[in-house]
Amino acid sequence: MEKRTPVVTVENVNKSFGDNHVLRDFSMKVEAGENLVILGKSGSGKSVLIKCIIKLIETDSGSITVLGKDIDALGEDELNRLRADIGFLFQSNALYDSMTVKENLLFPLRRHWSKEDREKMADAAILEALEDVGLAHTINMMPAELSGGMRKRIALARTLILRPKVILYDEPTTGLDPITGREISQLMIDVQKKYNATSIVISHDLNCIKMIANRMIMLINGKNYASGTFHELEAATDSKIKEFFE
Amino acid sequence: MVRLKLIFIIFLIDIGLYYSYVNWSNLSKIKAKVFKILNIKSDFLNEIGDISRFSARFFREVIKPKQEWEEFINQCFWVGYKTLTLVGITAFIMGLVLTIQSRPTLVEFGAEAMLPAMVAVSLVREISPVITALICAGKIGSGMGAELGSMRVTEQIDAMEVSGTNPFKYLIVTRVLATTIMVPVLASVANAVSLYGGYLGANLRGDVSWSLYWFQVFDSLSFGDVVPSLIKTFFFGFAIGIVGCYKGFYSKKGTEGVGRSATTAVIVASLLVFIIDLLVVQVTDILGLT
Repeated sequence: MEKRTPVVTVENVNKSFGDNHVLRDFSMKVEAGENLVILGKSGSGKSVLIKCIIKLIETDSGSITVLGKDIDALGEDELNRLRADIGFLFQSNALYDSMTVKENLLFPLRRHWSKEDREKMADAAILEALEDVGLAHTINMMPAELSGGMRKRIALARTLILRPKVILYDEPTTGLDPITGREISQLMIDVQKKYNATSIVISHDLNCIKMIANRMIMLINGKNYASGTFHELEAATDSKIKEFFE
Repeated sequence: MVRLKLIFIIFLIDIGLYYSYVNWSNLSKIKAKVFKILNIKSDFLNEIGDISRFSARFFREVIKPKQEWEEFINQCFWVGYKTLTLVGITAFIMGLVLTIQSRPTLVEFGAEAMLPAMVAVSLVREISPVITALICAGKIGSGMGAELGSMRVTEQIDAMEVSGTNPFKYLIVTRVLATTIMVPVLASVANAVSLYGGYLGANLRGDVSWSLYWFQVFDSLSFGDVVPSLIKTFFFGFAIGIVGCYKGFYSKKGTEGVGRSATTAVIVASLLVFIIDLLVVQVTDILGLT
């Protein structure tokens, strides 16, 4: 895919929960290979937005196109096939706590790989994904035995196992100490380089944002309030933008 | 009585609304007014509607191809094998206690010889299936409510969906099928073990030979005692599975929600066990199987 091709297009998306209008005519385009960070206050709808992109949440109106496919027009099987190309790193990691690390990584493969492929290639793929995050030795451990940072890395390895073209990160450094947060941010950069994936990152962590963002979008009152590079937005005089950098 | 009839009519209207795509706005307004008059909150009926839809989805998913057989076997192991000891001990004590407590009354009427027959009919027709179902409602229903609730809260169900796996099929269909099949198996084991308990109870104060006891037990049991009793345990199993899964799958956010899911799963499943039991007794009575 060539540079500057939009891989995710969000147009006039609205989403309400009762009287709470979370997204109001929100629009954005994300180009191939980009690391886009969406910044906004807690409860401003950032997580809702990326869950709409992968159709975990249905929008009220508007359209979302991912890798050239309108997600609302897809049937269940087509949507599941598209989801193989989209990785999602959950804020809570969402590791299956009744499964070992290996079983966690094997889980996405059981739907998208044939039994023969799994028997031949799954072990190698799991090991490679774990090596990418530097945790090959945890393969037979349970998630409960891992630290917060390790769980985040394993969750990232599970996201990478299907070699996604787009990766959605929901607050990847929240709850981690600054050192581990920096390590995770660096890992995200390394992953983006290795897999040439497009990333959409939800974050409040300015250190993380500064490290990874090619471009930023400010989500304020459910709208795409402003966009630009980290330094452009940091230098902005608008009080609503400035308060994020203070 | 009039109030009860009105509630029943509202219940029918509610079920009708849930299964209809017709715009029943006027009927809804009438229903709302009736509710206002009767001061009834519609939450209870909404819950029944939601569970009905959840059950309908289960039947839709169960007939779709590609079942999760590995997970189903895993759930059968957890539901069946892991509950077997608890059910077995409870059933044995039940048989023993029932025999010991029934004996004085039968002796008083000079019907001591009827003890094995009375115990067998009581245990097989009613006590073993219902107690087994209640144990399962407590152990399995709450376990499913808490497990699925915790998975919902920690976004594991969302992660499953994102990875292209249908969480309803993987988590719900397998669990509900496992309870539907394993509760009758557990109830059958409970029947057998409780009758052994009965034999021990009969011999604590009296003297009944092994062969005479079992001859009287099998002589007293008929088709109408065993089969309806077994059939109702399938319904018990289905109700326990569907309620536990429903409560867990739609658990509200937070640990409080997980706890509430587990508790309400036990309460609703236990209540359903008694309601199903009542209905089955009525049906078998109408069919002349009693």
